[in-house]
Amino acid sequence: MGFLTLITFIPVVGMIIVLLLPKKNLNAIRWVSAAATFIPFVLASYLWTQFNYNLGGINNESTFQFVEHARWIPAFGIEYFMGADGLSFPMIWLTTLLSFICIFASWNIDKAQKGYFALFLLLETGMIGVFGALDFFLFYVFWEVMLLPMYFLIGIWGGPRREYAAIKFFLYTLFGSVLMLLAMLALYFNTTDPVTGAHTFNMLHMMDQSNHSDWLKILDVRYLIYIALFIGFAIKIPMFPFHTWLPDAHVEAPTAISVILAGILLKMGTYGILRISYPILPDIAASTSWYMAVFGMINILYGAFVAMAQKDFKKMVAYSSISHMGFVLLGMSVFTSAGIIGAVFQMFSHGTITAMLFLMVGVIYDRAHHRDIEGFGGLGLKMPVYTGISSVALFAALGLPGMSGFVAEIMVFIGAFPVYRTITIISAIGIIITAAYILWTLQRVFLGKLNPKYENIPEINGREIFTMAPLAVMTILFGIWPIPILNLMKTSLNYLIQIIP
Amino acid sequence: MDNVSSIKFFIPELFLTVAVIAVIIAGLINKNKNKFLIPGMSVAALLGTVILSFTQYEMGMNSLFFNMTVLDPMSVFFKILVAAATIWIVLFSLQQHMKVEYYILLLITNLGMFLMASANDLLMILVSLEVVGLSSYVLAGYYKNNMKSSEASLKYVLYGAASTGIMAYGMSILYGLTGETNLAAIQQQLLTQQPYNLTVFISIILIFAGFGYKIAMVPFHFWVPDVYEGAPTPITAFFSVAPKAAGLALLIRFMTTVVGHQLAPGAAEWLQNMDISAPLLIAILSVLTMTLGNTIALQQKNVKRMMAYSSIAHAGYLLMAFVVFNKEGYAAIMLYLVFYLLMNFGAFFIIHMVAQKLGSEDIETFYGLGYRAPFAAVSMAIFMFSLTGLPPLAGFIGKFYLFAAIINGHWYWLAVAGVLNSVISLYYYAGVARAMFLVKTETKDAVSFQTFDKILIATLVIPTLVFGIYWTPILELTMRSIKLFAGN
Repeated sequence: MGFLTLITFIPVVGMIIVLLLPKKNLNAIRWVSAAATFIPFVLASYLWTQFNYNLGGINNESTFQFVEHARWIPAFGIEYFMGADGLSFPMIWLTTLLSFICIFASWNIDKAQKGYFALFLLLETGMIGVFGALDFFLFYVFWEVMLLPMYFLIGIWGGPRREYAAIKFFLYTLFGSVLMLLAMLALYFNTTDPVTGAHTFNMLHMMDQSNHSDWLKILDVRYLIYIALFIGFAIKIPMFPFHTWLPDAHVEAPTAISVILAGILLKMGTYGILRISYPILPDIAASTSWYMAVFGMINILYGAFVAMAQKDFKKMVAYSSISHMGFVLLGMSVFTSAGIIGAVFQMFSHGTITAMLFLMVGVIYDRAHHRDIEGFGGLGLKMPVYTGISSVALFAALGLPGMSGFVAEIMVFIGAFPVYRTITIISAIGIIITAAYILWTLQRVFLGKLNPKYENIPEINGREIFTMAPLAVMTILFGIWPIPILNLMKTSLNYLIQIIP
Repeated sequence: MDNVSSIKFFIPELFLTVAVIAVIIAGLINKNKNKFLIPGMSVAALLGTVILSFTQYEMGMNSLFFNMTVLDPMSVFFKILVAAATIWIVLFSLQQHMKVEYYILLLITNLGMFLMASANDLLMILVSLEVVGLSSYVLAGYYKNNMKSSEASLKYVLYGAASTGIMAYGMSILYGLTGETNLAAIQQQLLTQQPYNLTVFISIILIFAGFGYKIAMVPFHFWVPDVYEGAPTPITAFFSVAPKAAGLALLIRFMTTVVGHQLAPGAAEWLQNMDISAPLLIAILSVLTMTLGNTIALQQKNVKRMMAYSSIAHAGYLLMAFVVFNKEGYAAIMLYLVFYLLMNFGAFFIIHMVAQKLGSEDIETFYGLGYRAPFAAVSMAIFMFSLTGLPPLAGFIGKFYLFAAIINGHWYWLAVAGVLNSVISLYYYAGVARAMFLVKTETKDAVSFQTFDKILIATLVIPTLVFGIYWTPILELTMRSIKLFAGN
């Protein structure tokens, strides 16, 4: 059994143990969950030390790392096929890290803890599986496995409008994934395994254009398949106009689940496009890239403007995610080295920054039991440590130089400018709007006169610092010295843009 | 094959017939003294039948009783499926302490379904449909003093009589055109004589009324909600799977012979030359069936009634695979039926258990059930999401193969309609999960179920989970069953 399998399925083992524990034994449940997320994190970190930076992956199995093959349903060409390359490995590592942190952010869940942690662990398996899978069917199964735990996690442990938010999330994502299912089947029946001649779900075989049937070479067919896949992924990103599930889900979800949603789930949309749509249908990707850039621009500006209008702290952060995912879309659309590396680096860095922002909101919500931005003020006086660490998060979101968000965004702009000049210039306005809403929020919440209601508000505690500090350190570290992450993804992404005509 | 030499291919049916007589006699002697004797005998009889049917897998293709029925792996598959379904129903009715007639009727229905699965002649189709129909009417009205049950029975009889009448009329036209009652012979006649298309078309439509009624296809579905709601819940579960499966077996047989199939050159082409092509007609009917089932199910407050509409929707999904007119499609239907049996029985059984304990099948009854009866609620959620078609549950695999069959046949608009229906159906299936887990209630007291019931649920939950991850055995079984069949 390989490392990737272990990383993927240890959380499920943890889930089974949690389910067998007595309901009353809260500490055992928490610590088993912590262990079941910590071991994958340690293993993933170990794999990082073993990672060969010179292997590209993408469409060539011999340059994938930690590859695992197992027979599953041979009669239908379905395999258990996992592997990592520079595109997936940063996301796998980030998933294990955020999951571990989120267990601690969930320490104070006040009801049905057993169910909560069990579902959370199942969710982690789904997430890691999505990033590790190289068989389309396997990918799809993992993709869908995430939906159920997410539905219950939002629906049971969420805020006042949790039922609405949960079913909305569920319906939107299911709508996207059934379209993906059809596209997957259409690809399956028109791809042959070069060795056996049978149909195959192996993504790498699908990427080899010579394995495609004549029907799959028809341009209209390729467009339709690309669009079906794209809608499935765009809902997850979420790309305007498919974004409306996100504010509801984020606002109603408990803190840790918002972190996972924004930190990992949104990235699956862009990951799916890079992993599946681009290499399998590169010509269509090239010819539709302008639209993607425009959608990226809309996401950046629309998300930022709407975020500025928010009165709810968490909703503001939610819309800022939409805005930041726009940078990923813009970077992906240009197929220049800087653009695509910037996009994937933005996926990674936004994963850490937005996680901090949601944790930050969670901390204040636990104390004040509301999230009204206007309802605070002067918290810096009473909670200096919290204010400090929150400032790091907010400045990182703003894209301050020296933080990882800046590196990612500047790379996206440098990459995009030579290709789509106007779009890039308009998108850059988004940076100013972002600065505006973030500084304004910072001012209203932390600066100014102390709201007398919060004279005795307790300072951030050790557990909460433990959840936020590693992310803050990473944001600054990778902001000053992004080479470790860039090295991870460089070879693969440069290889990916070569495939695209 | 003549009657005498057919006997040795007819052993399961004969065994079942003898068992029915034995149960009748045992019921007379026993007089309800031993409550478990009759159900025990019924289960033993059905188990014996299943085992005997399994041995028939190796017998290949045989035409029995002067081509009245056929024995081929496909009929064996359906026989095993319906007999296994009946075993579950008998076990599930144990708590009810039903009278002996109940079990006898179930066994006779079973015999009728065996004949449906192997019928190869218009007369045989009619007779087997009536055997199943007549005993079903009585089973639906089994609770004599319950108004709804009696209403269900009456509606069932009226709709059944009307649709059988229409079907018989269609058959008479077909006979008039071809002079044959055997399906294969009819096909030959249609191919060689090329009768007037419109007449053939009308007769096929009329015959469809009968099949459509059996499998709950729009527009012959009107009986479904009332009968399903009124009948005893185990019987509802039974109706939703077993006769439907047998009806589909008949439909496969009919489609591949009279309506046309790809293996006989010219047959499929003949279909296309009709003014209305049969695949398109079926596609439209299937979209109507699933859309109607799903959209009306959205509005239901009674879970049992909701499941009735859901079963209409599932008939639509099953019908979808007919459009491709090939073995891949039929194999997908058979695979789906196996999984559908598991999840649908599970759902109905839990509704039944909850209604027994809490006195109602309304959605309000399920509020907070996740905290009062965790095992039942979690199982119910699994069945619901499996019915939606979410991986890694068996229902997804079933749907996957249905969609695979039609995508391979390039029926994209139909596939899109099908998956959109799956999304719609999520809303009401998730609604049950919402009621059980998301809604907060005042009453927190635990609802406990008997261990026997829990084990019975486990026999359905575990396969639903396992087949969602590893379904090769079922896949191979269906492939083997469809490899040879008398439709060719």
